Amino acid sequence: MPVSGPSLSLHQLSRHYGALRAVDSVSLEIAAGSLVALVGLSGSGKSTLLKMINRLVEPTSGTIRIGDEAIDSIDPHVLRRRIGYVFQNIGLFPHMTIARNIAIGLELAGEKEDRNARVAELLDLVELPQDMATRMPDQLSGGQQQRVGVARALATRPGLMLMDEPFGALDPVTRDNLTGQYKALHERLGLTTIIVTHDMAEALYLADRILVMEGGRIRADATPAELLSGDVGAEAEALVAIPRAQAAHLIALGKQA
Amino acid sequence: MREDWGQALARVPELLAAHVQLSFSALLLAMVLCLPLAIWAARSPKIAAVALAAASLIQTIPGLALLALFYPLLLGVSALIGGGISAFGFLPALLALTLYALLPILRNAVTGLTGVDPAVAEAADGLGMTSWQKLRHVEAPLAAPTIMAGIRTAAVWTIGAATLSTTVGQPSLGDLIFAGLQTQNWTLVLAGCLVSAALAITVDFSLGLIERGIRERRRLWGWAGTVILAAGLAIATLPLLIARDNIVVIGAKSFSEQFILARLIGSRLEDAGYAVRYRDGLGSAVVYQALAEGDIDVYVDYSGTIWTNQMQRTDSQPKAAMLDTIAEWTKASHGVTMLGALGFENSYAFAVRPQDARQKSLKTLDDLARVSSDFNFGTDVEFLERPEWRMVQDAYPIRFKDARAFSPTFMYPALASGEVDVISAFSSDGRIAANNFVVLEDSKGAVPSYEAILLLAPKRSADDKFVAALKPLTGAITVANMREANYMVDRKDDKKTPKQAALWLDGKVKERP
Repeated sequence: MPVSGPSLSLHQLSRHYGALRAVDSVSLEIAAGSLVALVGLSGSGKSTLLKMINRLVEPTSGTIRIGDEAIDSIDPHVLRRRIGYVFQNIGLFPHMTIARNIAIGLELAGEKEDRNARVAELLDLVELPQDMATRMPDQLSGGQQQRVGVARALATRPGLMLMDEPFGALDPVTRDNLTGQYKALHERLGLTTIIVTHDMAEALYLADRILVMEGGRIRADATPAELLSGDVGAEAEALVAIPRAQAAHLIALGKQA
Repeated sequence: MREDWGQALARVPELLAAHVQLSFSALLLAMVLCLPLAIWAARSPKIAAVALAAASLIQTIPGLALLALFYPLLLGVSALIGGGISAFGFLPALLALTLYALLPILRNAVTGLTGVDPAVAEAADGLGMTSWQKLRHVEAPLAAPTIMAGIRTAAVWTIGAATLSTTVGQPSLGDLIFAGLQTQNWTLVLAGCLVSAALAITVDFSLGLIERGIRERRRLWGWAGTVILAAGLAIATLPLLIARDNIVVIGAKSFSEQFILARLIGSRLEDAGYAVRYRDGLGSAVVYQALAEGDIDVYVDYSGTIWTNQMQRTDSQPKAAMLDTIAEWTKASHGVTMLGALGFENSYAFAVRPQDARQKSLKTLDDLARVSSDFNFGTDVEFLERPEWRMVQDAYPIRFKDARAFSPTFMYPALASGEVDVISAFSSDGRIAANNFVVLEDSKGAVPSYEAILLLAPKRSADDKFVAALKPLTGAITVANMREANYMVDRKDDKKTPKQAALWLDGKVKERP
């Protein structure tokens, strides 16, 4: 599958709220087709950084380029239609059927042809049964709703996916399922994905590159393997220590048994 | 009893049509104003604060006062732009009711639009909806049930408050209530209340269906409600479509004598071939202006009222000279013709119970002044503010223990029951004689004379047929006959309608040589 997702370039990007520097002069290159995890504690600035990419938050200073296009030269709503956005609270439209929720991006873009076929294809893609199409959002479980959220974001075939703690509110089994399935989708569709999470284990499993944020800056930038081997800084180490200790504990338990 | 209901219900179609037309227009106008304002307010907390505060402030003004305020306001505006705006009838009622309907619609619309789940709003933004698309696809549909509930509240309020528009000369179901209250015709009051309540309930039910249809996404409910409303609107306003050209509008203030005289005038004009319509329950301040503007064609006023209210005179003149002065003044200043005096007076008269008059030997207002510190005073709603009361106080050292205002209907029973000890009665009122109340003599002539006079709108002055039909009424009504006619309508038992009393009075007029 050829890579269709764009590359991304952030240059001295800052967002200040009064004296608070939520994002503090971040510069970053993200290769096309990569799956990057933004990891950090609450308030580290990772969500703010993500939302500046689809202009839900405007930067105080700095520039972002998608491919070689500066995003502030594009109308926000035009930009957003080219980017898939999935977030923890999902935000399905409660007054629309699942089919219309999924197809709303196509509706906004004025695409009238084959909407039903595309909805069917997307339901398959996120592994939901076809009869979901006619249901209302409140008839679905949390995991099913977020599958619809992902399908809705993918409907217009965006190359770039922004995901803000997408599976954070789901139970561990569902979450593991969805994480694995999304990783497969990412590879199959050749997307560029940036996923915000506070769960290092999820990041280690999912991403091919992990950025650790703290105080609005990127403190570590490494592959999962590099992170696990240590030597990438104290902030990263503190976050990696938890899954590592848990894994060690589980292994020890297994041996006793 | 059955006859009473028949008469009351006969007036319903026309009044219901006017009531529905007024309420619907006010509601529609309020919606047109509120919905864009609510969208703006939902996007700007500052605008929301200002708009909601203003709407709440309007809501604190009593409905009757709001209606009354529009009368001078529109007169002022009309004067400013050189005339052409009617301060009477539909326009002031429409504006006041529209203002009244603003708050529930605005508040619910703002609540609905700002109450959209933040996650849903974020999803809408994240998907690249423009502000308009977000409103159309997300905010408006989600806020619709709340907005509809606001419209429903406003509709019920408006239908209720529209009954008050009678006081500014807009026909409504309130005509039945005000007229009934005045003549103690409870059938009429009940008919007015029941019909307006039924209207409010029907509208509430239909809007409720639409609201539920939207909330539960059931189109059928929504359509059912819409069809009921549309059909109701069409049927109710049907009488308005029946065109009536050159209708004579006869004005009347809000008491029985006025209702009777209006019907007497009406029957004379009908005999002369005119189609007539009545505007009952007009305030003293409104009615003269309405005549001058041509909104009504003819009504009966009292010389003292014109003298003090319109001419702002505080002096007293002999009766004949006073009538001449008034005729000259109305002609010169408004083109209003004073056709003549009807022949009786209806002045303010201080009345006491016969046993008090006897025991305390009360004959004149001087005698009343002597005992006034022990007396509770009952008046109609306007007397204490009227110049006549100041004139009386200037002439006699009267200081009452307490003063209470009543509707005339309740003022006479209040005196009879001892709730008050003296009332500002009307000298032509049949209830004075019926209760054997004693009228105290104004020995110093402090109160001006209140000859009943027939006033014609400017456009009717040159209408010879019109003048000829009414001229025979001048000088033809004695105070005894007027009292008798008034009492027929005001008494508790064997009540007559104003129309029946007018017929009786007409007979008395014709008996005269």
